[in-house]
Amino acid sequence: MATLELQNIAKNFGDTAVLQALDLKLASGEMLVIVGASGCGKSTLLRLVAGLETPSGGKILLDGVDITAADPAKRDIAMVFQNYALYPHMSVAQNMGYALKLRGLSKTDITAKVEQAAEMLGLTPLLGRRPGALSGGQRQRVAMGRAIVRQPKLFLFDEPLSNLDAKLRVSMRAEIRRLQKSLRVTAMYVTHDQTEAMTMADRLIVMNAGKAEQIGTPMEVFARPATLFVAQFLGAPAMNTLLPLKAGLTDAPEGAMLGIRPEDILVGETGLAMAIDLVEPLGSETLIHGRLACGQSLTLRRAGGPPEGSQIFVSLPDQKRHYFDAATGARL
Amino acid sequence: MKSRNWFAHTVLVIGVLLFILPVWVMVAGATQDAGAITRGDLSLIPNPAGLGIFWQALCFGGASKAGYPVWHMLLVSFAMAMVIAIGKIFISLLSAFAVVFFRFPLRKLAFWTIFLTLMLPVEVRIIPSFAVVSQLGLVNNLGGLTLPLIASATATLLFRQVFAALPDELVEAARLDGAGPLQFLWDIVLPVCRANLAALFVILFVYGWNQYLWPLLVASSPAYTTIVLGITQMISPEQMTPWNLVMATTTLALIPPVLVVIVLNRAFVRGLTEVDK
Repeated sequence: MATLELQNIAKNFGDTAVLQALDLKLASGEMLVIVGASGCGKSTLLRLVAGLETPSGGKILLDGVDITAADPAKRDIAMVFQNYALYPHMSVAQNMGYALKLRGLSKTDITAKVEQAAEMLGLTPLLGRRPGALSGGQRQRVAMGRAIVRQPKLFLFDEPLSNLDAKLRVSMRAEIRRLQKSLRVTAMYVTHDQTEAMTMADRLIVMNAGKAEQIGTPMEVFARPATLFVAQFLGAPAMNTLLPLKAGLTDAPEGAMLGIRPEDILVGETGLAMAIDLVEPLGSETLIHGRLACGQSLTLRRAGGPPEGSQIFVSLPDQKRHYFDAATGARL
Repeated sequence: MKSRNWFAHTVLVIGVLLFILPVWVMVAGATQDAGAITRGDLSLIPNPAGLGIFWQALCFGGASKAGYPVWHMLLVSFAMAMVIAIGKIFISLLSAFAVVFFRFPLRKLAFWTIFLTLMLPVEVRIIPSFAVVSQLGLVNNLGGLTLPLIASATATLLFRQVFAALPDELVEAARLDGAGPLQFLWDIVLPVCRANLAALFVILFVYGWNQYLWPLLVASSPAYTTIVLGITQMISPEQMTPWNLVMATTTLALIPPVLVVIVLNRAFVRGLTEVDK
């Protein structure tokens, strides 16, 4: 339970600015997900908070205390790494207890805390094993356990699920979220997976080229993307973008780019003619790809669909349209 | 597949025979009478009656001028090889640790300076080294025997490669767990690299054991005669060389390095072949 505040944080590597003037506040117990394509500075942000990198400018406050220059060990922050970073020569119990041992806790205290965390994560039967004898999911759990036993003020997750297979990822995702909620610990979670971002976040921050494009709750960001980048990053398949004038939609603002989500497009008897060139059935829904008469492509998400090669008429309802400045990408 | 196995085994067997033959001649020769080699009728079949020669050689005092027996020379050699191996590992471990995990000014320069000393083995710098050692008053003691051989670029380079292969996250996880540099070295780096340590120890022990030129120069006192020096001193053109004793002593001189290799064999192989950390 702690608050975190970043004030005007920046980071340069040589001449390249990886992170530019970022302000951020995390409430106690909040899960903030940082999402963005690779190289957008999201991992750097996490590493700055952890103390593994020093910021080129700005301040980091944890519970109101300035920790910008503090040693990583002194920050009371635990981190879960993408490749788990377990100590290969130590048993699961030793891995989890190492930080406690370094803090000078007694053996009985360490054992008690490790066993409690192991119980929580279902690791009790594995405590004597080495990481090499564990599966990916189990290693991930150990990495979580190592963070939990320390009872840190802040949890940092650096793409913790990206090395797991799809099925395990879904269940671990829910488990991490449940755990974070029940421990009520403040957490920052970095991912490039937009589903993870949407499902796990109290609030999320979409990053692009070292800048925060938008910060808000998942539904806010999804419903009212602040920029074209955010609009296209969240949601699968991505939001359609059109040049409205080219498509013959004359009611659009000057110089605007029109965005509309695949599920918001209506199919009817009249409207824009669209030739279907690919149909992807996903079971519960079907993705329909096609081209408008003007040559611009469009994707629809519907319960079912007409066959490939056929022609349909689509309309884009006014209240579902998003307009962005074609030059700057900002929402209009 | 089968025929290729057969071919591989033939090559291996020939290789083994090639390597074992001199050793066999040495052991067999030790058990013959002293004149067998000079007469040229050395038998390849060991003479069981002559097995006592090994015990005799161990206690033989005629090798060095002051009469130190062979077991004493073995001890000197063992001490020298141990100090060199451990000293080298200690120094190069710390220097590689510094070069890999710390960012300090002139780090690159420090590394390349160490690298450069690869081109200056003991033989090249033997005169200045001797001058330094003698001015330090280290002639004829264990310090003088080992110190100039301890500074080692090879071991530093090897450790650097091993350390650089450790995942960054491991270092970072340890930092977040609160491990200081030395704690990290002791708790994480050393256990993770123990196979490499063992491999290096074997190589360095044999290197130290086989030293000839430097001990010859710096250990003029018979009390510091190493076994390698002792063997050469037993062979003199002026008098009858007791070849069977020389062979027996050589056999004895072979045992400690072989033991080290056997004991650390598994770790040795793992240390040289293991890539995954």
